[in-house]
Amino acid sequence: MKEVAEAAQDSYARIVATLIRVTGNWSLAEDCAQDALTAALERWPRDGVPGNPGGWLMTVARNRAVDVLRRAAVEETKLREMAMLASSGNSAPSDDRLRLIFTCCHPALSLEARVALTLRTVAGVPTAGIARAFLVSEATMTRRLTRAKSKIAAARIPYRVPADLGERLPGVLAVLYLLFTRGYDADGEPAFADEAIRLARMLAALMPGEPEVAGLLALLLLQHSRRAARRDEAGDPITLARQDRSRWDRAAIDEAVKILSGMPVEGPYAIQAHIAACHAGESTDWRSAASWYDELARVQPTPVVELNRAVAHGYAYGPAAGLSLLASVSGAPEGYMLAVEADLRERGGEADRALDLFRRAAAAVPDGPERRALLKRVHSEPRKP
Amino acid sequence: MKYMMFVCTDTEPETHESRVPDIEVWVAENDAAGRRVTGSVLGATSAATTVRVRGGEVLLTDGPFTETKEVIVGFDILECADLDEAIAVAAAHPMAYNGRIELRPFADL
Repeated sequence: MKEVAEAAQDSYARIVATLIRVTGNWSLAEDCAQDALTAALERWPRDGVPGNPGGWLMTVARNRAVDVLRRAAVEETKLREMAMLASSGNSAPSDDRLRLIFTCCHPALSLEARVALTLRTVAGVPTAGIARAFLVSEATMTRRLTRAKSKIAAARIPYRVPADLGERLPGVLAVLYLLFTRGYDADGEPAFADEAIRLARMLAALMPGEPEVAGLLALLLLQHSRRAARRDEAGDPITLARQDRSRWDRAAIDEAVKILSGMPVEGPYAIQAHIAACHAGESTDWRSAASWYDELARVQPTPVVELNRAVAHGYAYGPAAGLSLLASVSGAPEGYMLAVEADLRERGGEADRALDLFRRAAAAVPDGPERRALLKRVHSEPRKP
Repeated sequence: MKYMMFVCTDTEPETHESRVPDIEVWVAENDAAGRRVTGSVLGATSAATTVRVRGGEVLLTDGPFTETKEVIVGFDILECADLDEAIAVAAAHPMAYNGRIELRPFADL
């Protein structure tokens, strides 16, 4: 039922976040939120969808929690606090969800645990689905989640938004980005792309003054906008230059561009979003991309960024400019270095040298779609840029 | 909430000596704030004795119970509101720079 699904997505994190704050019990909060959704599935088709679905779900979840706690004879104050929640209905403090996200992404938890806990508790993804995408058994994923929740309780990881956002916000954004890029469906597409975008959207609404949050949302939208064009019939990845741009999701691109136009650029996510936006037009704006890569290399001087910077300069200012930057890159994976040099030399007219480099690049990457793509370059005619 | 702070050595310490905070200042500040319950530097592991009782017999071994490159050289017991506070206290200790620190909450019994 569509109304239940929509209200569920919107309400799940809200309910869980509030019940955790009031009861301090993560499992109870999740169980009660789930019970409320089950009750909605039973009753709404029969009685009609209530005027305030979120409020209805919150009330049912709260009543369920009160029942459970009463049976466990919890002290009066907690029950009174629960009772007061009834009158506040759907207007529970929105920053409960922020508390929840920051706690799920606490750096004292392992990275895997942060990703799993965020998916389970904030996005409401069933444990079995998380386990499948991360290629572990459901039992393993359940243990990982249980262990994380036990540590939160045993080590007393605080349930709050930290005072020093500058130190902790990048960690939260990294978890959301990982959740977007790690974990795949059977068809090789990111399994939690929609959840990641939904969470980034929620975070952007809760923290409207943070350019990097907006930057991450724009970056995810732009990357996701290419999902229908990213692979060929065999499932092999198609490079950006060869994708059918008419299959890109224009609405997502427009939304991302609009987000970026209103925000200052302060960090790597916004810069990467701007780079992705350079690719989003009818053709790539390589000069802008090159200067955004200069910026990215300044804040995040990793070998892969330096390598991509050389590529961008190669397209913007000619192969010689790319090769001269490439000469100063060290530490990037050998296969990628060779592939970039091959492409630059091919476009610079050094066909034989390029062929040899493509061959060596293919031998240096693991057997799979990337190697096949490189070998295609060996066997095809040199392309015009 | 009480936390045990195991103070350990590390094979790769911070190289900038000037950044390392002063231990006297750390102790004085945390004692004054009531965050440090007690603590001490420990003697060398060569002075350690490991004790077991098996089948009613006391078995002694010369040395620590594990032989590792990193050894516990001291401890402090902290009283903190939550893990974030304990992390802040641990991160201000000189051995967080020159070694490593393990924070373990007291079990809730």
